[in-house]
Amino acid sequence: MKRWKQSELVPVQVELNGVQRRGLCEPRVLLSDFLRDTLGATGTHVGCETGECGACTIRVDGVAQRSCLTLAVQADGRCIETVEGLAQADGSLCELQHALRERFALQCGFCIPGILMTCAEMLKRRPLPEDEQIPGLLAGHLCRCTGYTDLLAAVRHTVAEVRRREAAHPASAPSVGVHDA
Amino acid sequence: MKPAPFEYVRIDHPDELSALLTEHGPEAAVLAGGQSLMPILNLRLRRPRVLLDLSRCRALHDLTPTSGGLQIGAAVTQATVLSWPRLAHQVPLLALALPHVGNPQIRSRGTLCGSLAHAHPQAELPLCLAALDGEIVLRSQRGERRIAAADFFIAAQKTACRPDEYIAQAHIPCQSIDEGSAFLEVAVRVTGQAQVACAAIAGPHRLRLAVLAGQATPQVHDYPLLPEADLRDQLDIIARSLALSCASADDDAYRRQLVVSLGLNALKQAQRARDRRAAVDAQIMEHRR
Ligand SMILES: Cc1cc2nc3c(=O)[nH]c(=O)nc-3n(C[C@H](O)[C@H](O)[C@H](O)COP(=O)(O)OP(=O)(O)OC[C@H]3O[C@@H](n4cnc5c(N)ncnc54)[C@H](O)[C@@H]3O)c2cc1C
Ligand code: FES
Ligand code: FES
Repeated sequence: MKRWKQSELVPVQVELNGVQRRGLCEPRVLLSDFLRDTLGATGTHVGCETGECGACTIRVDGVAQRSCLTLAVQADGRCIETVEGLAQADGSLCELQHALRERFALQCGFCIPGILMTCAEMLKRRPLPEDEQIPGLLAGHLCRCTGYTDLLAAVRHTVAEVRRREAAHPASAPSVGVHDA
Repeated sequence: MKPAPFEYVRIDHPDELSALLTEHGPEAAVLAGGQSLMPILNLRLRRPRVLLDLSRCRALHDLTPTSGGLQIGAAVTQATVLSWPRLAHQVPLLALALPHVGNPQIRSRGTLCGSLAHAHPQAELPLCLAALDGEIVLRSQRGERRIAAADFFIAAQKTACRPDEYIAQAHIPCQSIDEGSAFLEVAVRVTGQAQVACAAIAGPHRLRLAVLAGQATPQVHDYPLLPEADLRDQLDIIARSLALSCASADDDAYRRQLVVSLGLNALKQAQRARDRRAAVDAQIMEHRR
């Protein structure tokens, strides 16, 4: 059992995009606020804080979930991936990010960090989804700008690229449009 | 937006949970997946003094097949239940209903027992527990009691769980091999709350329909094998008796219409599923002969 008083500053350690990070926070601090305010990782956006909009979606131990519905203290010892971890070390965009840019699939960009993290998990688990499954990928996300059409087109494009590569080199396992952080 | 201050306890052993619930009673809140409780805390609709987080308690993470069914611990997520390989075979109704609960990012943390404890009138899982004659194990320092779904849900978001108790596990009986199931739902947003949902189970001699349409608790109706016209009459009776409080009379009328059409379709689908299962069984028997 671990017990922390309400005003106690609790040490929380996470692996954030491959780097060990530590911070102190009260037990009531949301993981989304801990990432943004304590660790300075502001790529993760915060919209509704009730789980509805999906902007704050991150991966915890590889699984996509809402960082606004998790306490920072609950994430102690976990491995966290956020949108900052998607681009390659040299700063070049991952395939899905690139497709979004090429297809003008983002406007204000507020919803995008969450959408990318959901797609990262889904495409990792199932690199070649059936076409009719693709709209379902975005079911947990709200976007006020794009009308979703271009977002879906970008995901479809990424999946088609993976499929094309696989057809050209069938021996290699399908590589995911979003590489691992 | 932040929750009001609280003391946080990470539970490692179920006994700690019982002891702390006895100590703090209604001032404490159990935190499971947090997918309903965290929004409530963020909006400060509740200000518990102590938060008892059971999500890392190993003993509550068991999903165990028993002789008659499936035993699901308090910390087992909806995603884990949905990915249990034998689910579609043993409890097809649950396999059909779970994808309607939120979306994958919600189900990856939300627990089955948490949804039962939350007892929201628009929630799919309480409806399924009632349709399947499931049971809930409530635990406290006073001991354990097992309670049927029909007695557990008392009113909207009100259950038989007392302030010093917690749900230790849910028991879901396996469905019989000669049953067919269907789950149909209409929601404004695919991942949102159901306006109307119908869970149907068709056995060789009886039909069962559980209806979610804004009533406080899950409603289960049993019928003999009736012709379609008679079933429609029965559904009309359910639809007319609903005490609805929608924003407008049009919404009320729409919901009543949904109950009839979804209910009828669910019953038909369940019967077709039952007949398909029987046909496959007959083929297997033929093959063995
Ligand atoms: C965007 C979004 C969409 C959603 N859509 C749906 C939907 O379509 N259908 C649906 O049914 N639900 C939906 N939900 C709710 C979701 O299914 C929750 O996971 C579920 O209602 C609660 O489970 P939990 O484990 O998250 O519980 P928590 O949020 O941790 O707890 C909920 C309540 O139950 C109590 N509690 C939890 N576990 C126990 C226990 N073992 N013993 C005693 N009390 C306990 C808590 O104290 C609290 O009062 C949605 C949630 C979100 C954020
Ligand atoms: S901010 Fe977390 S879902 Fe909207
Ligand atoms: S691009 Fe503006 S909200 Fe999605």
